[in-house]
Amino acid sequence: MNLRFKALTKSIWVFHAACSPCNNCDIEILDLLTPRFDVERLGMILAGSIRHADALLVTGVPNYKTKERLKKLYSQAPKPCVVVAVGSCACGRVMFKDSYNSPCPVDEVVPVDVYIPGCPPKPEAMIAGVAKLIKKLKGK
Amino acid sequence: MKILFHYLIFPGFLFASCMGLIAGWVDRKVTARVQWRKGPPWYQNFVDIIKLLGKETILPEGAKNTFLFAPFLGLLSVVLVATILGLSIRFPLESFVGDLIVVLYLLTMPAIALIVGAASSRNPLASIGVSREMKLVLGYELPFILAVIAIIIKSKGVIQIGAIINHQINFGSNIFLPSGWVSPAGVLAFVVAIFCMQAKLGLVPFDMSEAEQEIMGGTLIEYSGLPLAMFKLTKALLLYTLPLFMIILFLGKDLSPAMLIGKYVLLLVIVVLIRNTNPRLRIDQALRFFWGPMTFLAGAAVILAILGL
Repeated sequence: MNLRFKALTKSIWVFHAACSPCNNCDIEILDLLTPRFDVERLGMILAGSIRHADALLVTGVPNYKTKERLKKLYSQAPKPCVVVAVGSCACGRVMFKDSYNSPCPVDEVVPVDVYIPGCPPKPEAMIAGVAKLIKKLKGK
Repeated sequence: MKILFHYLIFPGFLFASCMGLIAGWVDRKVTARVQWRKGPPWYQNFVDIIKLLGKETILPEGAKNTFLFAPFLGLLSVVLVATILGLSIRFPLESFVGDLIVVLYLLTMPAIALIVGAASSRNPLASIGVSREMKLVLGYELPFILAVIAIIIKSKGVIQIGAIINHQINFGSNIFLPSGWVSPAGVLAFVVAIFCMQAKLGLVPFDMSEAEQEIMGGTLIEYSGLPLAMFKLTKALLLYTLPLFMIILFLGKDLSPAMLIGKYVLLLVIVVLIRNTNPRLRIDQALRFFWGPMTFLAGAAVILAILGL
């Protein structure tokens, strides 16, 4: 493992891409920044711009419009960039599988590295997902 | 050779950036503790810089060359300021005439670098950030220079940092009178300079040029990888340099290492507390603040300094 990935695992800046979610996952993501969970301990902060991001946090089921935006966002992110699918919708579309406006799940649009299921996932589950992500990056 | 050593290693780049990054960590840690969080480990800012160096650098379509040159312009000038200030503290008699003015000019360079770089990125949000940054520079430079003029008058009209330090060693810090009482001119100028320092650092009440919540990073929006690391490093260097400049101007009586660190920490705590107890101002409010009360106070400080108070 080289220095580049070692530094990346210690300071993951997260860009929050909401692909038409119901906002429950987003609220739970914001919980991660609060005193109880405080992911800044692990060096994670929310980045304002996609150009600063190391991780793309995708919530919700992409529809025809957000699908294109998501693709564009991923292409705008500086590599190495990982994608985390948060919530059951982003992981596998659950009940929107046959919906008229949901063309495909997230992982057919962008390559997803970590799936965090749950509706919404608990902040603890997200931290567990982050731990898995770090393990995966270290294995790279 | 010696000049290169001073510039790159001891009071210059390496030392100053290490100090600045650690100060940046203190800022983040204290902020976290104020918000009842734990905060990042001490090496966090170093890791951030190393990580950004390893990331891809994206050049936006149609960006000018200045997009990549600007970060280095800002960084190099702040390193020069750090070198001049560090050398003046160690050898007050060896500084050259007029270095105060050089330092004032060089301290404006990071803001100009940010303006030049962001303006060439062709991003609409960046251009909003640029216009705010420009107005902010126009706002804070006037009271800041007036505050410095008050200090120049108090130290008998010298424009040499070493001479200002010498004057304070002989007659007491500039926020005190030679008789030992608090000097109204010095204190007024000090208060004004602290607010200008906050704006120069781009920290929370005056961070409207890179407001992450409304304009997504503003001036920094298109930067990634190496140039972003340079801007972060410039910010860290400013966090080391500006409080040092304040100490030299206002609290320069005893500059032994222990006292220097104590005064530096005091100023850092003031900066962090202002940052944590204030919401972000709108740009018009900031401009009114600097051209109204701050300029008035700084003008009063100059008049009091002429009267010898």
